[in-house]
Amino acid sequence: MQVWRTKILLFHPLINDFMKPIIQVNGDQSFIIKLGDVISPQLHRRVKQYAQQVHKLDLEGITQVICTYTDVCVYYNPLSLAYAKLIDALKSIDLEEDDLKSERVNVLSIPVCYQGAIAPDIEYVANYNQMSTAELVHLHCEAPYLIYMLGFSPGFVYLGGLNPRLETPRKEVPRQAINAGAVGIAGNQTGIYPIVSPGGWQIIGQTPLQMFAPDREPPVLVQSGDYIQFEAISEQEYKLIEQEIEEGNYNPVIQTKELTYE
Amino acid sequence: MSSIDVIQAGLFTSIQDLGRPNYQHIGMPVGGAMDTFALQMANILVGNEASEACLEITMRGPVLKFNGSYTLAAAGGACELKLNETDISCHQSYKVVSGDVLKIGLVTEGLRIYLAISGGFNLPKVMGSHSTYLRGGLGGFNGRALKPDDSIPLKSNVPPVSLRKVREQNIPHYPKHVKLRFVAGPDRERFTKDGIYNFLNEIYTLSPQSDRMGYRLTGPVISHKNQQADIISSAIAFGTIQVPGEGQPIIMMADRQTVGGYARIAHVISADLHKLAQMKPGDTMRFVEVKLEEAHRLLKEQRNLLNDLYELSASDK
Repeated sequence: MQVWRTKILLFHPLINDFMKPIIQVNGDQSFIIKLGDVISPQLHRRVKQYAQQVHKLDLEGITQVICTYTDVCVYYNPLSLAYAKLIDALKSIDLEEDDLKSERVNVLSIPVCYQGAIAPDIEYVANYNQMSTAELVHLHCEAPYLIYMLGFSPGFVYLGGLNPRLETPRKEVPRQAINAGAVGIAGNQTGIYPIVSPGGWQIIGQTPLQMFAPDREPPVLVQSGDYIQFEAISEQEYKLIEQEIEEGNYNPVIQTKELTYE
Repeated sequence: MSSIDVIQAGLFTSIQDLGRPNYQHIGMPVGGAMDTFALQMANILVGNEASEACLEITMRGPVLKFNGSYTLAAAGGACELKLNETDISCHQSYKVVSGDVLKIGLVTEGLRIYLAISGGFNLPKVMGSHSTYLRGGLGGFNGRALKPDDSIPLKSNVPPVSLRKVREQNIPHYPKHVKLRFVAGPDRERFTKDGIYNFLNEIYTLSPQSDRMGYRLTGPVISHKNQQADIISSAIAFGTIQVPGEGQPIIMMADRQTVGGYARIAHVISADLHKLAQMKPGDTMRFVEVKLEEAHRLLKEQRNLLNDLYELSASDK
């Protein structure tokens, strides 16, 4: 088992004072349970814990539980579950004091080709940050990123942990269509386009992996709370993996790693 | 061949059911019918499960030729409806046989019509649903709106069902000005007194820049307290009213994203979403607050109305 140093936390705020859960009406078929108001791995762990507790309630009429940056959203069917009963159950959830020193997380390796026509903005981003493209690739692949949540479009991951040295503003004129699999940077965010969409992110590479495949079950490779690690590959390797995926012979590399907090 | 041939496609016709509510945790929009009340009504009229897929027709309908014997019904707003050149009515079921041609003309009241066909479509489901999700190019018929010369496969050997009709007093009507009931949203504290006053008292107009994803409204500015317009992205639902910095509200509709980053002032209650789905650009609305209990009571009332139609249908078998 590989033990990481706490490098990944370098680029995250460290926040340990949490608020008491606040239950809010979010329309007549869901409640939001607000657990804090910052974006941090510590709060994210709390969000995840709370969501697990909601699943454990195993209450008939709860239809979906969703984790966002600071909240848990619980969808319910008001025709089969009285909201007062749900609120009572939510109030009974007791979060343990979070003094874990380490946790096991899933890390998905995402091979990315940072070369050629599929990396149209890499020179710009390197110049903007006054570094070589080699250094840019090194920094982008250096540390794993935490998936705070999925949203925006199917399979889109909201990642935390971009090295501040790579921060780059969006393009002034967005592109009409960005390929599925394009890897980009926008401000202090980095991410992957799961489906073809218009967008203003600086595109620095492309992964052959299908981050969203509607006919696959599950349609996505990761979930909220997992980590991803980018790995630089050559154009040749890109073509090879692409072919393996087409033939159904590619297995995504997902490792369980022990993450230590210091 | 059991199918319908699309002779004219109409302005925007797509296959929709109740969407994909169980994939929101991976960022998949729920999607599905804009007016789920009408979709369920149309299905019950032809003896389908209430959740079966229908054609969702917007503003101007298609011309369709049937291959096979089926029962059909249209529900939702009101529209010009002709079966082989004979006028027929919405909210009532009819039998068709091979060669019959159904013409759905202009929608004259409301905006959307749902056409149910007994047995439903013979198409593969994607992520548990037939709903067309246009941005992702998936579901429905090849992930897109219908085009002329499409041939949509239908289930074959569908047993005949008795003809049915919605009680006159239960047929929904869609005036050009509506009162929409809401429950207060989680971010209401982020708005100024004046902003809240405007939201509660002024009239808002549906902008033409509205689609299946969201409705943009125009009207007196709903102002935020200093720097309070943007929130850390959080969950949004069908009917959530978000207000971006400029102060003009956006109501999230069927194809909405699962999370949003603007302050949520309120949510239109589920029982009133069909009114919203049937609004046309230029139509106007006012917002009235209700308690959560009331929202649930009204939803139950709506469900009872569908149950009543279902029992009415079952008793005449």
